[in-house]
Amino acid sequence: MPKDNSIKSVLIIGSGPIVIGQACEFDYSGSQAARSIREEGIKVTLINSNPATIMTDPMMADRVYLLPLTVESIEQILEENDIDAVLPTMGGQTALNLAKEAEELGIWEKYNVRLIGVDIKAIDKAEDRELFRNWMIEMGVPVAPAHTANSFLEGKDFAQQIGFPLVIRPSFTLGGGGAGFVHDKSELDEALNRGLQASPIHEVLVEKAVLGWKEFELELLRDNADNVVIICTVENFDPMGVHTGDSITVAPAMTLSDTAFQLMRNTAINMMRDLGNFAGGCNVQFALNPETEEIIAIEINPRVSRSSALASKATGYPIAKIAAKLAIGYNLDELENQITQNTSAYFEPALDYVIVKIPRWNFDKFKGANDVLGLQMKSVGEVMGIGRSFTEAVQKACQSLENDAIGLGTYNKNPAMRPDDLLQYISIPKWDRLFRIKDALMAGVSIKSIVDATLIDPWFLHQIKHLCDIEKQLIEADLDTLTIDLLKEAKRHGFSDLQIAKALGNKITEDQVYEKRKALGITRVFKMVDTCSAEFEAKTPYFYSTFEG
Amino acid sequence: MQPKNSLVIMNNSSNQAILVLEDGNVFYGKSFGKIGTTTGEICFCTGMTGYQEVFTDPSYTGQVLILNNVHVGNYGIYDKDVESDSVKIRGLIGRNLEEKYSRPVAQKNLQNYLADNNVVAISGIDTRALVAHIRTQGAMNCIISSDGKPVEEILELLKSIPSMDGLELASTVSTKEPYITGQKYATKKVAVLDFGIKQNILTNLVNRGVAIKVFPAKTSAQEILDYKPDGFFLSNGPGDPASMDYAIETIKEIIKEDKPVFGICLGHQLLALSHGINTFKMHHGHRGLNHPVKNIITGRSEITTQNHGFGVDPEAIKQSENVEVTHVNLNDNSIEGIRIKNKPFFSVQYHPEATPGPHDSRYLFDQFVGML
Repeated sequence: MPKDNSIKSVLIIGSGPIVIGQACEFDYSGSQAARSIREEGIKVTLINSNPATIMTDPMMADRVYLLPLTVESIEQILEENDIDAVLPTMGGQTALNLAKEAEELGIWEKYNVRLIGVDIKAIDKAEDRELFRNWMIEMGVPVAPAHTANSFLEGKDFAQQIGFPLVIRPSFTLGGGGAGFVHDKSELDEALNRGLQASPIHEVLVEKAVLGWKEFELELLRDNADNVVIICTVENFDPMGVHTGDSITVAPAMTLSDTAFQLMRNTAINMMRDLGNFAGGCNVQFALNPETEEIIAIEINPRVSRSSALASKATGYPIAKIAAKLAIGYNLDELENQITQNTSAYFEPALDYVIVKIPRWNFDKFKGANDVLGLQMKSVGEVMGIGRSFTEAVQKACQSLENDAIGLGTYNKNPAMRPDDLLQYISIPKWDRLFRIKDALMAGVSIKSIVDATLIDPWFLHQIKHLCDIEKQLIEADLDTLTIDLLKEAKRHGFSDLQIAKALGNKITEDQVYEKRKALGITRVFKMVDTCSAEFEAKTPYFYSTFEG
Repeated sequence: MQPKNSLVIMNNSSNQAILVLEDGNVFYGKSFGKIGTTTGEICFCTGMTGYQEVFTDPSYTGQVLILNNVHVGNYGIYDKDVESDSVKIRGLIGRNLEEKYSRPVAQKNLQNYLADNNVVAISGIDTRALVAHIRTQGAMNCIISSDGKPVEEILELLKSIPSMDGLELASTVSTKEPYITGQKYATKKVAVLDFGIKQNILTNLVNRGVAIKVFPAKTSAQEILDYKPDGFFLSNGPGDPASMDYAIETIKEIIKEDKPVFGICLGHQLLALSHGINTFKMHHGHRGLNHPVKNIITGRSEITTQNHGFGVDPEAIKQSENVEVTHVNLNDNSIEGIRIKNKPFFSVQYHPEATPGPHDSRYLFDQFVGML
């Protein structure tokens, strides 16, 4: 179906204040959506209570309302404008909740406004944990054993039935607010109380914890004709137990076989098709048992999210822009790939590089805050590294953290810990776990011991160990004995010149390393993020630098 | 053709390998898999999962494969993830070919698997530059060498590789003897012409409750008809379909029965050829798990797995009175599916059985079995 010509004016709901768990990704998606809809000749009205956003710049929309995100504000806008449709999927959970509230009060009906890009029943099914579970069970999709509790006593009762470890998840909260692990009985009372209080409807899900399973996320797009594509598959470096927003994540998935991936793909597509009548972006999370390769569905978010912003950058595919076009009636197979401009938007991006996202925490500024990572998101931002290998990408991400880290190679912020202390330390996920894992590998701790302590997939640890091996060779060398092969190897694995200089020691400077490698002809090349692994010529790609040859 | 770059004799102790293209371009990398020298037509596959299924796909016979995905081997080798009984690629080119893997059910690593199967591979290659080169210059022959072979010998070998154009390979990978598979007491029987069939095509047919007899590529029409099948399946396979007169003749005979015929990939090209539609060698083919195809009969689209270096001629179909297009590629409008007017014959260029790849197109097996 081509564009729906009955839509002449669209209201986009923003996400409000930037808080931990919901940051500028919705400014990005909202801005993309506004542009995408306006270029179709449709009037865009925008509401956001946060003026410190790009989307509220006067040129982004035909009319911008800086008003509190309340039903009253919505009514005011609908009074003052002739709005045909509202797009609530670009402003995160906040926008969806507001759209839902207005729906319940009959506001949309009163002003004859259609909700586009989402189905209200779909929101309920996706966001209410009990409905979600029942829906999954109906569809035959496995989920972790769980019960919904509306009171403390009920919760306690279910916890005894299911057994520990458990997860307490409050219904309808942002970024996992109020959620927590319960490893044993002593932690139960506090976690239950906190969860019930965090939920606006005083409801929690008491769920069996699948600690140690691997976590994957699929970013999908669906159109009105039920066409579905997977834009990106993201693998979490941290196993189940750390909020995705606080996890180091990698795309494309590194350790996923085709059989396991197709099982996820089929399940995600069935979930999305069954979710209700909507067109747009969606995110589905799965946990995979590495031993049996069975999967369980964790959650589905019928909207663009933090991870779709990352997936857009990771693949080059503009998810929010296309999602907005789907919401106004286009189908995927009628749109073109925005990057190649001569192939179809209905396809699944292929990557010939690796991206690594590392969250950025600010525990320095929150003295006394609990820095253990869990189900509630604590990071305040994230960095993305891109390279022609996982090692290069993870180093670039570490170099971008704007802390004292100089890549993953050298980071000596913590006083040197002994191997046993390190193993103990990394068994609890904290913001610097990646660096301490590297320290442990440098200290000769075995990969098996680290897997046992962290449940992180050994493939990633082997890769980090390779970085340690290179660093050890660099430590052995000095500027004169540094061979071209070793220098090349270090550059290909993402070592910065400064990092190499530090490893060589003896007061060698970054400039000296730079001069040496220039003299040896080791220089960076630039590669494209083009959505298609170079299969087609790209017209509007973006570039990253790397070392080849 | 003489190489433009001068070849450097390698120091074999440092584990080096060399890739030489027909047009004279040279790439240096690290030896992986078997130490040796291999030749074939270079091609690239953009899929990000399912390397083992790709290596064992008979349609890749004679090909030296570039995998665009930068890490290959991460989840090891699992004996169930195969599409035939042996590795079919002639060589492998990658950016990072991995020895270390993690997958509890896997039995061995990529290095040992390739070495055990005599596949010469090269790692550390700027695969993106190489793929861009093939995209612009087209498919060509190449050599990977890691055994320190003298330059003169490599150049001689390069000249001796036959062109894929006009090359008949299907009969070399087809079963040698006919065999029975599927449901023993099924009421419907399918005769499968094996030109290099993928295991999962048979699995998809078997799962739909039919009895199957698989015939070698060069079986006579009479022998196939003696099985008294309710339908015919034309398999995928390697090589140039236009070189397969024997198969085209057989198909012309069996379609006289007016029973359902379903073709995939090479089988699709052969169905076209047997109806007077010619095929051609593509510039660099379609190989990946993400190709968009529109079913123009239903209006639904599907993401497909593809692996072909030849295609059917759209102009010839336009002029044909009895062949019509059912599926088109949304990227380049190439022909992805045809059917014969007023006959129960249809075929697709892509792989609805897709291992590896999306399962969007399994409905074609239902369609075929439903017609029997």
